[in-house]
Amino acid sequence: MEKMSRVTTAHSSSAISCRTMFCHLDAPANAISVCRDATQVVVAGRNIFKIYALEEEQFVEKLNLRVGRKPSLNFSCADVMWHQMEENLLATAATNGAVVTWNLGKPSRNKQDQLFTEHKRTVNKVCFHPSEVYMLLSGSQDGFMKCFDLRKKESVSTFSGQSESVRDVQFSIKDYFTFAATFENGNVQVWDIRRPDRYERMFTAHTGPVFCCDWHPDDRGWLATGGRDKMVKVWDMTTTRAKEIYCVQTIASVARVKWRPEKKFHLATCSMMVDHNIYVWDVRRPFIPFATFEEHKDVTTGIVWRHQHDPHFLLSGSKDSTLYQHMFKDATRPVDKANPEGLCFGLFGDLAFAAKESLISSDANRKPYPGGDRRYPIFFFKKPDPTEQFAHVSSALSVFETDLDSNCMDWFVKTAQLYLLCGKPFAELCDHNAKVARELKRPQVSTTWTMLRIMFSDPANLTTPGLNHSLSKLGTLPLMNSFNMKEISSGIGTESRLERSKGESRQDNLHLEPGTLHISNNNEENEETEGSEGQAEYMFGDAELDDDDLYSMEQENQTEEQEYMLPQEAFQLRHEIMDNPSAPEHLQQDKADSPHVSGNEAEVTCLTPIESFSLISISQPLFSPHLPASFFCPIVREMLSYYAEQGDVQMAVSVLIVLGERIRKEIDDLTQEHWYMSYIDLLQRFELWNVSNEVIKLSTCSAITCLNQASTTLHINCSNCKRPMSNKGWICDRCHQCASVCAVCHHVVKGLFVWCQGCSHGGHLEHIMNWLKSSAHCPAGCGHLCEYT
Amino acid sequence: MVNGENERVSLLFMKALVSRGSVDAVSQQMASHPQYLESFLRTQHYILHMDGPLPLPYRHYIAIMAAARHHCNYLVYLHSAQFLRVGGDPLWLQGLEAAPPRLRLLDHINKVLAHQPWLTACSHIQTLLKSGEQCWSLAELVQAVVILAHCHSLCSFVFGCDTDSDFVPLSKSTNGFPPTFWPFDAANGNTNVPQSLATPSEHITRRRVTNSIQFSLFCVMMCFTDSTHFITDPDLCYQEFARREQDHFQVFRVQDYSWEDHGFSLVNRLYSDIGHLLDDRFRSVTTLPSMHSPDLKRAIWNYIHCVLGIRYDDYDYGEVNRLLERDFKLYIKAVACFPDATKTPVCPLSLAPLKPSERIHVNLLIMEARLQAELLYALRAITQYMIA
Repeated sequence: MEKMSRVTTAHSSSAISCRTMFCHLDAPANAISVCRDATQVVVAGRNIFKIYALEEEQFVEKLNLRVGRKPSLNFSCADVMWHQMEENLLATAATNGAVVTWNLGKPSRNKQDQLFTEHKRTVNKVCFHPSEVYMLLSGSQDGFMKCFDLRKKESVSTFSGQSESVRDVQFSIKDYFTFAATFENGNVQVWDIRRPDRYERMFTAHTGPVFCCDWHPDDRGWLATGGRDKMVKVWDMTTTRAKEIYCVQTIASVARVKWRPEKKFHLATCSMMVDHNIYVWDVRRPFIPFATFEEHKDVTTGIVWRHQHDPHFLLSGSKDSTLYQHMFKDATRPVDKANPEGLCFGLFGDLAFAAKESLISSDANRKPYPGGDRRYPIFFFKKPDPTEQFAHVSSALSVFETDLDSNCMDWFVKTAQLYLLCGKPFAELCDHNAKVARELKRPQVSTTWTMLRIMFSDPANLTTPGLNHSLSKLGTLPLMNSFNMKEISSGIGTESRLERSKGESRQDNLHLEPGTLHISNNNEENEETEGSEGQAEYMFGDAELDDDDLYSMEQENQTEEQEYMLPQEAFQLRHEIMDNPSAPEHLQQDKADSPHVSGNEAEVTCLTPIESFSLISISQPLFSPHLPASFFCPIVREMLSYYAEQGDVQMAVSVLIVLGERIRKEIDDLTQEHWYMSYIDLLQRFELWNVSNEVIKLSTCSAITCLNQASTTLHINCSNCKRPMSNKGWICDRCHQCASVCAVCHHVVKGLFVWCQGCSHGGHLEHIMNWLKSSAHCPAGCGHLCEYT
Repeated sequence: MVNGENERVSLLFMKALVSRGSVDAVSQQMASHPQYLESFLRTQHYILHMDGPLPLPYRHYIAIMAAARHHCNYLVYLHSAQFLRVGGDPLWLQGLEAAPPRLRLLDHINKVLAHQPWLTACSHIQTLLKSGEQCWSLAELVQAVVILAHCHSLCSFVFGCDTDSDFVPLSKSTNGFPPTFWPFDAANGNTNVPQSLATPSEHITRRRVTNSIQFSLFCVMMCFTDSTHFITDPDLCYQEFARREQDHFQVFRVQDYSWEDHGFSLVNRLYSDIGHLLDDRFRSVTTLPSMHSPDLKRAIWNYIHCVLGIRYDDYDYGEVNRLLERDFKLYIKAVACFPDATKTPVCPLSLAPLKPSERIHVNLLIMEARLQAELLYALRAITQYMIA
């Protein structure tokens, strides 16, 4: 408000209201213009030609210039301009090619003054000379510009652009004789009004039509142009060749551009199509609008700053039949919503990260930027108005270098290659994969595989060496494992969190590698005590540390228990597993149910940390030796999500495939698809095409399996005439030769055909391999140095 | 033809041959205007074969639907062949009922655009884009509309140039192929373009049916000798726009929605680069060297737009009557609005003494004017949809 009063005193001639307001027009507007003292605005369009007074709180219709029962096309305006010296004088450009002037001082209802019908096509633009009362310029679709002296009946000079339609003409504000014209073919011409024979200079400003231009009100050298190519460009016209000094890329074709008064670098634009907003840009910050007005519902067709020296009011007319006065203080500031964070990987795994300083400032180790605080330029002699400042965001940029070893993904490649995903019984797959993981020193993963085998395997078929020496072990293991899983997860969770914070403070080693950092303190222990006892011990240790987790775990078990009752397959499965003819069926069932209930009770009662140790030993015999596989599904699901979250999507997908139907229904399709996509993407980045293909094939998501069916076209050239083979089949269209002849044995190849992409020659895989042992040249004798990879 | 132009044409035909395996009769007709031919082929190649939201068989099927509206058997067969070639389901060729429902939805807008484009309304677009199993995306729809408009207007050209009457399926060429052009073997380096371009069917070389696709096409052709299977409501045709003016149909004012200002930006936004290609076509057809004066060209253009309900504020329509004789106007109207292959256009006396290339030039003008008119209507409807 303080600012406001300053403005009004500066231009005391006009009492300027201060409110965003609008009024409905009867018809879409094509252009608007204000009179010199900023108290009235004229709106022109195909079916509207009215003058509104700008009052404190509202627009008031002053005059309807569109008179007559059936107004002629002369009233259908493409453009309108109010004279900036003579209050009663207006000019319009009619769509039928007429240039009309209007004298508001006329006593009659029809204010039409003069009518020039010299243009053959639609007149796109009219422009009064800024200081000469009687001089009017027009630009038309027919490619001509005409200069009218309003005291005469016809034009005084005609300028031929020698190119296509004229879209805009603008007198220079500072140079008396100069005007600029923009053309549909992308050119901008600068003319001297005294020399109609030839333009002073011409340059191509845009690709496609240049819809508008505007001379800078203060700087005589600057011309802003806007085009269909969605660009706004600012040209320095003082040099011998027009030089582009600023360029703003907008999101739609630019219909109008208007420099903002009193702000050297600001200009307002609106668009021709699709985008209805008005943007105010700071040309030095071309990537984000300084301010946006979002009131209109259809394209904005006319924008004008209300007063020549006041940057706070913008008037706009639109195809949605409204006229708006926008207050600058009400504009939205897109920069407030912008996210000033950025993240990018370098070629060698370096990571650059930029974030607001305020977010990073908590880091005490950071040194301030050596250039000092740049937020406030030194030349301010008074306190800058914060609303006129681009919100300054100073970001801190951190670059994290990657330690090559820690980032090594060898384990990933090896794992991908060595894992078996199908083709063997489930237990063997698990064992194999566990072994692979163990050899790669990833004991957690290895353990997981072992546990999976135990959880889901048919106990009867289990051929583990441990079968004979502990019956009880089999019974206890599943439950313990389920706890175990949880503990490991939470263990890693905290561990990695620690690791990450360390990484941040050291600014390196950001890339976490779950395989290597995983519970290093437990590594040795785990490896030497391989098998169930080791795990059990491990679990105890953790359980002692972390009772809360144990408690929550039991809660989950309770809820899961209901689930366990539901599926029928659980019972069927048990039939198979049992293989115990002596035990009657109902007894089995009782047995299966009862221990669980009691186990539950036991769990509920054993909440205290001291007893948690004994919990397992107590509940152990109560459990049936064979828990149904579905019992573990929620836990496995959690485990898979955990692995995926940790970035080891390889594990998640591999387990998903190996478990197959056992787990698939537990995980929603979108998540599965997401995992598959991530894993396949990773595999392809490591060029593990075969593995990726196998994964695609084994997946059950329809979105994934169809990946194999996309882009299966192979474009080939005929080996004979070297033209592309457009037909299907192996007969070349042009030379009628069979294209797939082996260059070595001259027989048609059926089966694996390998060929050089350079010369199109090839043949049987083994023939070519043999040939290349002895020669580097093409076997067809074409002289090409073939390369088969 | 100047030697340089001759070479330009053979280069274009070579390109077409290499990429498509044939040069169709339409391209041969246009060969007298190589500058235009180039932009025409580029556009056609882009919308039918290059990147775009619609799958390739869809594109050809849409083309078939569009051509069937004007009973243009030539284009129907041409696109049927290409449809099968890109792996389309031969069943669909049994008729519109066999096509997926999504394509059937397109039938209505096809009908309207083909005969009474001024009826195109925001509601049509809304129905197509209404979310559901069979819904279209905006980008797909724009491509479909471009293909429809392209093929409708191409029907006009085919009709105007009488290409269709050269093509009598199953009689001249027993295997039922479109009259494709195999006069030279690119591999042999023989690149002579015959000067007599008007009768391409003479150049048909019989080819053995070596390919299963061609065979299935053959079967399809045997079963369906006319194109009415791809359309509904066959009686719908052009109606005088002027007579309907008292209805609520507003005249379309170019000054309010023009190709340069509005259509281009919209179509280019939703289907990238097509705007430039179409712009190039419109530009090159008006700048073609011709003995017709610019005024006459503008009269033809504006007359076609006028009969389709598009008016220019800055044009004096009395000029049309001054410049175009009655039978010439009749001819233009017949070609633009009733390109029915079952009839032959009556060639006006004023055109008869002209060189074939000049006649073709008139037909090109008609085609492009009609294309732009249809696009303007369709794109305006899409714009209205986007604002609503």
